Amino acid sequence: MFGRLSWAAIPFDQPIIMGTGAVLGMVLFTVLLLIGRKGAWPYLWREWITSVDHKRIGVMYMILGLVMLIRGFSDAIMMRTQLAIAAGHAKGYLPPEHYDQVFTAHGTIMIFFVAMPFVVGLMNFAVPLQLGVRDVAFPKLNSVSFWLTASGVLLVNLSLFVGEFARTGWLAYPPLSELAYSPGVGVDYYLWSLQLSGVGTLLAGINLTTTILKMRAPGMGYSRMPIFCWTALASNLLIVAAFPVLTATFAMLLLDRYCDFHFFTNELGGNPMMYINLIWIWGHPEVYILILPAFGVFSEVVATFSGKPLFGYRSMVLATMAICILSFMVWLHHFFTMGAGADVNGFFGIMTMIIAVPTGVKVFNWLFTLYGGRIQYTVPIYWTIGFIITFVIGGMTGVLMAIPPADFVLHNSLFLIAHFHNVAIGGVVFGAMAGYTYWFPKAFGFKLNERLGKAIFWCWFIGFYLAFMPLYALGLMGATRRMQHYPDTHWQPLMLVALAGAVVILLGIVLTAVQLAVSIRQRHVERDCSGDPWNGRTLEWSVPSPPPPWNFTHIPDVQRTDAYWQMKKEGNAATASAGPFDMYVPRNSPVGILLAFFAVISGFALIWRIDWLAALGLVGAVVVVLREAWKTDLEICVPAERVAAFAHSHDVAARASVDGGRS
Amino acid sequence: MSAADPALPTEIGIPLSLRGAATIRVVAGFGFWLFLLSDIILFAALFATYSVLSSSTAGGPTAAELFDKKHVFLETMCLLASSVTCGFGSLAVQRTDARAMYLWMATTFVLGVCFVAMEGREFAGMVASGAGPSHSAFLSAFFTLVGTHGLHVSLGLVWLVIMLLQATTLGFQPMVSRRFFSFGLFWHALDIVWIGVFTIVYLGAR
Repeated sequence: MFGRLSWAAIPFDQPIIMGTGAVLGMVLFTVLLLIGRKGAWPYLWREWITSVDHKRIGVMYMILGLVMLIRGFSDAIMMRTQLAIAAGHAKGYLPPEHYDQVFTAHGTIMIFFVAMPFVVGLMNFAVPLQLGVRDVAFPKLNSVSFWLTASGVLLVNLSLFVGEFARTGWLAYPPLSELAYSPGVGVDYYLWSLQLSGVGTLLAGINLTTTILKMRAPGMGYSRMPIFCWTALASNLLIVAAFPVLTATFAMLLLDRYCDFHFFTNELGGNPMMYINLIWIWGHPEVYILILPAFGVFSEVVATFSGKPLFGYRSMVLATMAICILSFMVWLHHFFTMGAGADVNGFFGIMTMIIAVPTGVKVFNWLFTLYGGRIQYTVPIYWTIGFIITFVIGGMTGVLMAIPPADFVLHNSLFLIAHFHNVAIGGVVFGAMAGYTYWFPKAFGFKLNERLGKAIFWCWFIGFYLAFMPLYALGLMGATRRMQHYPDTHWQPLMLVALAGAVVILLGIVLTAVQLAVSIRQRHVERDCSGDPWNGRTLEWSVPSPPPPWNFTHIPDVQRTDAYWQMKKEGNAATASAGPFDMYVPRNSPVGILLAFFAVISGFALIWRIDWLAALGLVGAVVVVLREAWKTDLEICVPAERVAAFAHSHDVAARASVDGGRS
Repeated sequence: MSAADPALPTEIGIPLSLRGAATIRVVAGFGFWLFLLSDIILFAALFATYSVLSSSTAGGPTAAELFDKKHVFLETMCLLASSVTCGFGSLAVQRTDARAMYLWMATTFVLGVCFVAMEGREFAGMVASGAGPSHSAFLSAFFTLVGTHGLHVSLGLVWLVIMLLQATTLGFQPMVSRRFFSFGLFWHALDIVWIGVFTIVYLGAR
């Protein structure tokens, strides 16, 4: 009846897990209760859960990423404390089977459920506004994408309390991840949650690529697109080209585990290295899916706060697209030790080094944009400068490891861990934080607290160096990754420094929550009535903060890059030419959350081998899709008077803020 | 956004990339093209795996011993013919000629069912003779690649039935004819994938 599911699946004997579960349960219960008390459920359902507005969906992605950052970071600090203790004869407090789940969950969550939601969320929010369009190409599909990602998140978190998570490392290499060596549900949790969120990401990629290529405002040719849109285009093209490989690879591993196939097993001709090739054909582009939009954020930030157009727009576009293509030609550098031979390793080593060239072009472009500019030292520019310094170091250690002989020494050592955290934190996290601070006033109509923002930056910046520079040294000394304890007590001082770094980062994360609370309380102080708090250059700053559901009352006519800057210079920024028209916006739809609901049911049932429940979930999903297919009334009309009223109230507010002499 | 904005001029003289948002028909079709590309990449991963594992027979039957090329040729003809009929059906949708549409699309459906049935017979025969997917890496890769294509065709058949129901209940409104257009793209793309399967898997077996 219940497949492999029984009471034994809940780890009652593990005080850490049960304690976390109790606390989390209480927090969740309190939040749900508070929402109910305030009578906010109808509001949440109407305005957020069923919303198909790209801005709302973008914000929900960001919230998802922030919440999962806490989960991923809890895993990180558990690992750091374990390693700070477990030197010599000490074995620490995390037994190996738990430690293995912790590092697997940390990697999986940070990439798929923190970095991806951050990046997809920023793109979702900003790209249509920058392009001067009213929504993405397929608004309802956008909601489905988000909720599928959320269902993956739910399954991963469920694994904490019901059953176990994989102990295989974040990419679940076979043969370890095969049924013979991982008979439990951990790998199944991993596979099904990533299959669900992977489909969500693929759909989001198709949606945004279509939006960018087919929906730009009149006059916005490719050479006039904001650079963030270019990087978003590259990133989404990579999603469309890479995520199907992930889906196929996981499908093959699932067939191995569920149907006794032999793709990657040790017997009957199976080839585990095939999996490792395939997963990195997805995995390396994934790195760029994450970092390219971050590059885009930095490009926008650096131009805005230097008061100059971005230096070398065309070279930036070329570098972005060059990275987009090259990212598919380097996957083998993740396993030089496979034994492909000197020629193959040499080719992939050189290709890897070549990627440093367009990246270098970008770094110089940012530096030359700053050079001679009137730099305003706001929080986003802090993140940007911190990024340039940190990312260059990370890039150089990457090029170092691109040399196959050096990689043979450093492969799977803490040096590698230090390298990719150097680019992932220094690049993606800093970029996400810069974008979050930069576009926050656009989303909510008030700025985030500046002083706390700077404090958060310094915590992450200093914390990162403290936490990861020791890992470079430890890696060179021979410390390997995924190591639960070590006999050499000489490593312990460096491990303690790394723990101190993690604590500093923890402070930064706590301050992020504090900053949000403080900023909301003081929202009247930092309110942005103009819609353009940073004196921005691109079209998103030409609309009110927060923008109306239809984004643009008048679709802008674009004449050049930095379209809004041009409009402001020519003094026609706030022209309301012909009167507003009736506006058609897509109707809200519960199809996203319904599909996610049935996806979670099916996923959970498949993990625990409850066949009838899996079938039930599938039937539910099919019914939802069919019902949707027969709906014809897909848009609602916003009458012209309401559009006009909105535009008018914004004009009054904007004029008031100009009269008040804004900085 | 589907609603045409009266503020948007659509002049012919300006380059396509500067004309503003495309019509919903173009946007929907383009999005579906992208989906098809992603689907073809999924097949590319399966093809690559098949190529690598095709000689890993683990002492079991090889490709040359297993495949009946005549059977597969007939199967191929069914699918290719169904693409032709699907094309005529799409033209009928464009003309909003309901009778021709039903005729051609029903033929497409029958040919598609023939294809799936023949493939099912081939699979059943292989499993019965002890050459099931669990027997070797080669057979795992074969059943997955060819089976994934077969699954696509089967889902295409379900979609076709739904489209016929939609045409009956909703008529040829723009939404329905857009979906027919996407269905046509899907069906033809499966043909292209099958040509790869036929060439690499069946003709490549020696």
